[in-house]
Amino acid sequence: MNRRQFLHTGSMIGLGTCLLPNLRQAAAASTPGQARVVLAAAGVDPRQPDLKVLGSALDRGLEALFSRPAPQVWASLFSPRDVVGLKVNCLAGRGISTSPILVELVVDRLRTAGVNPGQIIIWDRLNADLKRGGFPIITEAGRVRCFGNDVAGYSRRLFESGSVCSRLSNLVAETCTALINLPVLKDHGIVGLSAAMKNWFGAIDNPNKYHDHCGDPFVAETCSLPLLRDKIRLTICDAITAQYEGGPPCMPQWCWPLQRLILATDMVALDTVAWQIIEDKRRQAGMASLREAGREPAYIRTAAGLGLGIADPVRIEIVKV
Amino acid sequence: MITRRCFLASAACAAPLLSVAGRSVFPASVTVEKGGTVEARYYEKLPNRKIRCNLCPRSCVIDDLERGYCGVRENRGGTYYTLVYGHPCSIHVDPIEKKPLFHFLPASRALSLGTAGCNVFCKFCQNWEISQSRPEQLEAMEIPPERMVEMARRENCPAIACTYNEPVVFAEYMHDIALSARRQGIRTVMISNGYIQKKPMLDLCRSLSAVKIDLKAFSERFYKELVSGELRPVLDTLVLLRGEQIWFEIVYLVIPGENDSRTELTSLCRWIAAELGMDVPIHFTRFYPQYRMTNLPPTPVKTLQEARKIGLEAGLNFVYTGNLPGDEGENTLCPTCHALLIRRLGYTVVENRIKSSHCPECKTTIPGVWK
Repeated sequence: MNRRQFLHTGSMIGLGTCLLPNLRQAAAASTPGQARVVLAAAGVDPRQPDLKVLGSALDRGLEALFSRPAPQVWASLFSPRDVVGLKVNCLAGRGISTSPILVELVVDRLRTAGVNPGQIIIWDRLNADLKRGGFPIITEAGRVRCFGNDVAGYSRRLFESGSVCSRLSNLVAETCTALINLPVLKDHGIVGLSAAMKNWFGAIDNPNKYHDHCGDPFVAETCSLPLLRDKIRLTICDAITAQYEGGPPCMPQWCWPLQRLILATDMVALDTVAWQIIEDKRRQAGMASLREAGREPAYIRTAAGLGLGIADPVRIEIVKV
Repeated sequence: MITRRCFLASAACAAPLLSVAGRSVFPASVTVEKGGTVEARYYEKLPNRKIRCNLCPRSCVIDDLERGYCGVRENRGGTYYTLVYGHPCSIHVDPIEKKPLFHFLPASRALSLGTAGCNVFCKFCQNWEISQSRPEQLEAMEIPPERMVEMARRENCPAIACTYNEPVVFAEYMHDIALSARRQGIRTVMISNGYIQKKPMLDLCRSLSAVKIDLKAFSERFYKELVSGELRPVLDTLVLLRGEQIWFEIVYLVIPGENDSRTELTSLCRWIAAELGMDVPIHFTRFYPQYRMTNLPPTPVKTLQEARKIGLEAGLNFVYTGNLPGDEGENTLCPTCHALLIRRLGYTVVENRIKSSHCPECKTTIPGVWK
């Protein structure tokens, strides 16, 4: 079964796991006051990632993050009753978008955990973005669906958090009970870093209003919208290919094969690590730091101040598998 | 007496709904450029497929595939496009007094249109459903400039008003409508926040017949905290309009506790008198709780009347109260002999005694565009 057939048919259902209890409280196995971020090696061809190799990286990564077997993790994070939204990032097209192969693997694991295909929705801002990223648009009920907010629409209600006042995608506000964050790792020409937290700009109707001051505090405040924050169960950052300059569009001259998946339940910690990775690469390339370039992602510290996670590197345990 | 509920129901805050009515009245029967996009006119190309927008004072630097602050202009591969050209989401026929323009073709009808998008982010916006939306979030019609002018002619509208959202963000569309309308003897007016760069404003002055500027406060603090903009560029636009001798009026929405101090209002009126002249009409309008400022009460009537008094004391000749139907501040008086020239009730002109631009009593010339 190829990827297209897989996404279209959605035929595999893990019936055996349907009766598993909903243990949403499952958390990464870090000690209190600390966060764990896992870098899982995924030595694959970025243009055509190998399903097995990437699947192995995903499973190893989750096991390292939760110190439990991967199937148990999925079953503890997601109930068969959940409607799970997979927020990808496809703005930049094929060069630096969430890999459809990775998404296929996540869908497979969810189904094995008992989530019905009809309760899995792959989404991004626009259908056009998804198409650019290599995802087919699927809206038929009963199958794994894939569509943008231009299909889903936005809430009538306004949601406020600090200086942010937005309408949420109906997928966040109404449809989904759980969300998996599937961002990419790249430089951003205005806010410095686009990884875990920045990906949620795709969940609001007016992100164009929130790029001033390097996105600070707007990125953090968007992520602190309770309805959004409370549904995010896991972040799996696709860093098979990463980009250290020229983002958010894909600039091949500044992309490199990092060949990692970065996993965390703490988005702030993940972004702290991701920022460091970008800075290291920029240093190697002889480039100015993001601070020197005038786009330090200060929103990460702001997010920590809002209690969204940990930004202190000393308190972040980085596990490489 | 028009109630607040009636007023709001008929006001521009209902604009998104009007698009539905507008569609039935004005069926879209034309097509525009492929993809509904037209290249923007005010921008410069930068390295690495970036562009800098030169339309409003934000001067957004925009990466490929991203949009500016307004949300309706997009960089596609290093070329900047407007996504709202020919795509109004709201069309309606309004009295010109609703804009408000009190010295411009009184009692006339204006074919009024708006699109998605705005270049500021006012916490008290009355039209936020469209102004703070992106084009793909609204149902829009496809109406090129010539078709819009044809509609105005068919509806017996001597004017077309670009309004509801911020027309600066559809400057190209507005400009082309105005040029086409002028050829048909129809005037075009811009109802704007004045947050625009000099070059596009000068270009628009060549085609527009009048401008109304929403001066939202007379302090940078207010603009920073409640508008996400700046005061200085708006003042610059007002001075530019004065220099271009295009007809313009000013609206100042008086918000309790935010921009209603005697000090601020006095400074404002003195600045207008000194920089723009005594004959620029200013409308002190009533605030109603909207959008993100529902915690405040409506502006007290007394505050509006006091603001009008401050304006008159500063020597301004035409100071009005707005959103206050039945108040005497709605009427136009001769600045010389104080004779009643235009009596209004809400948006309705009850009586117009101006004769050939003059006061019928003392023959003083009354500034404005009267026919």
